[in-house]
Amino acid sequence: MRTVAFREALNEAIAEEMEKDDRIFLMGEEVGHYDGAYKVSKGLLKRFGEKRVIDTPIAEGGFVGVGIGAAMVGLRPIIELMTWNFSFVAADQLINNAAKIRQMSGGQFTLPIVFRGPGGSAHMLAAQHSQSTEALWAHIPGLKVVMPANPKDAKGLLKSAIRDNNPIVFIEGEVLYADQGEIPDGEYTIPLGVAEVKRPGTDITLIGWSKMVKIALATADALAAEGIEAEVVDPRTIRPLDEELLVESVKKTKRCLIIEEGWPFNGVGAEIAYRIGRRCFDDLDAPVERLTGADMPMPYNHHLEQQCIPDVPRAVAAAKKLLYLE
Amino acid sequence: MSATEREAAELHEKSRLPEKAELAKYYHQMLAIRRMEEALAKAYALRKFGGFLHLYIGQEAVAVGALATLKPEDYVIATYREHAHAYAKGMTAKSIIAELFGKATGCSQGLGGSMHLFDASKNFLGGYGIVGGHIPLAAGTAFASKYRGDGRVTLCFFGDGSVPQGAFHEGVALAALWRLPVVFICENNLYSMGTPLYRSLSVSDVSQKALAYGMARDRFDGEDVVRVRDRVAEAVRRARNESLPTLIEIRTYRFRGHSMSDAGLYRTKEEVEESKKRDPITFGRELLVRAKMDEKDIVAIEDQVTAEIEEAVKFADESPELAYERLAEFTYKE
Ligand SMILES: Cc1ncc(C[n+]2csc(CCOP(=O)(O)OP(=O)(O)O)c2C)c(N)n1
Ligand SMILES: [Mg+2]
Repeated sequence: MRTVAFREALNEAIAEEMEKDDRIFLMGEEVGHYDGAYKVSKGLLKRFGEKRVIDTPIAEGGFVGVGIGAAMVGLRPIIELMTWNFSFVAADQLINNAAKIRQMSGGQFTLPIVFRGPGGSAHMLAAQHSQSTEALWAHIPGLKVVMPANPKDAKGLLKSAIRDNNPIVFIEGEVLYADQGEIPDGEYTIPLGVAEVKRPGTDITLIGWSKMVKIALATADALAAEGIEAEVVDPRTIRPLDEELLVESVKKTKRCLIIEEGWPFNGVGAEIAYRIGRRCFDDLDAPVERLTGADMPMPYNHHLEQQCIPDVPRAVAAAKKLLYLE
Repeated sequence: MSATEREAAELHEKSRLPEKAELAKYYHQMLAIRRMEEALAKAYALRKFGGFLHLYIGQEAVAVGALATLKPEDYVIATYREHAHAYAKGMTAKSIIAELFGKATGCSQGLGGSMHLFDASKNFLGGYGIVGGHIPLAAGTAFASKYRGDGRVTLCFFGDGSVPQGAFHEGVALAALWRLPVVFICENNLYSMGTPLYRSLSVSDVSQKALAYGMARDRFDGEDVVRVRDRVAEAVRRARNESLPTLIEIRTYRFRGHSMSDAGLYRTKEEVEESKKRDPITFGRELLVRAKMDEKDIVAIEDQVTAEIEEAVKFADESPELAYERLAEFTYKE
């Protein structure tokens, strides 16, 4: 095992896959000469050259479309969005082209392409720059949505995403990039669509992904201090969703709290709650509950912003309510 | 140029020099913007606020010169690098600094921050964070002016980085097609974040984009506030009197990084230092000296600016924040 930062783990995944397959290229704003806006692509231009690490102008609709076109005819692009907030400029390409070309063509074209970049809120970036977009993308059949929570998952999942033959939305928590974590020394991958128990427990299931895994783990620690053993489950892939592992956990604990950074209306948590409600109806000792981001655009002011994002005290309170302790 | 020609040119130049009072106003505005942003940078370093802070330092003559051509009822819309445009449109340093400090007394109640200054009462229609996204809005406000026949003009500011965006071309195309009273001002500071112009545009002359749309265009350097004012005035006249749009490219330079986190490794120290020789504020002061303003009167402006900014920082420091309970009412109007 080695300890690396989240951004380094992603960098390794890209470099290792590019080394093996020259159909793979990396394209996006500031990915080359600037070494990446968040330094995920650090050193890659030097290593692979301008042919394969391509700086683009600010034209998301253009270069996302370029990636899709290149994928149609046999290349395997990795398209970096400087942040997922800017993906909306390319929404038509993602929704009407990337997600649909395979089906519309009767399966003649497959799109082995990864769209990746940071998502979620950071700190005082205000409404246009603080958005969780996974619920939007997961709504679209034809796209897969991947959201790693730690360096090990980041590397293993990104390698699988690059090897996958479908368009992948790969969302990296903007505030996770500096997080350190252990990763295996040798080559490894983590399959898409497989959840992981991040902490075993018996009394309540906490479901979270990306940076909400950290909130869930801290919540579990806080609950443990009061003698409550929470199980933390990270779906890791939002679509396809590993329903079985989530259901298995909730059947055991009989209680479920979903912690989601994004908005509640049509959120990912709403879908998960429906599936658990249907599959675990007879096992549940309390209704499935959600703790989500506030149902409004993100305010700039620091204190207001923090109140709009799920945190440990509110997660602890919500968990205790499900345990009828408050 | 012969001696008489030179004399004639100088005379012409002189006759074009505006009133001392006008020059003093521009100098005051440019200096206040500079000092305001320096105060903001300092407060940022002290962690009084966070997020992105994009400084306009080096480009002040563009906003001040361009906005000097407007009437209060005219509209201005800009990017996330908009502190100067907000101030030049008549917003106070107090309301701007308080906004960056996240206070309820800020122009957007502390909800928008550095990138989203708004003031409806000043017809300042906001700063926007998605590159190019606001350009069609400018065509929209100009459309409304034409629809109502209210004679207002819209000024739309954006960077060189917006030019490859679809939204730029769609906004400009519609403005040309529908002959809308809007002036598109590209502040070409040669970089979009760490990307130099030659890596983002196949043709470095941004104003040429106007040709294909059959739109009037102009292109010049932006360190002289009077030149900016006079050239933009042409376009504003065209918009107001003929309801025709113009695309103007103003070459300028930002002395600071793209934002506070930018290490600036993509350009040399020499290049940055060289550009500082064309500091619009030094130039603005020079204009006052040439207009024979007394040194003590110039210093008086400078003292006034210092006091204005100090007071604004104090005001922002002491202002309250919005209560969380109030937030929901801003999502939808009752
Ligand atoms: C659609 C979109 N893509 C990317 C970004 C990230 N970004 C913010 S500013 C910027 C550079 C813009 O440069 P330019 O338009 O030249 O304006 P300047 O910053 O030089 O004033 C980039 C890439 C963004 N805000 N919006
Ligand atoms: Mg620029």
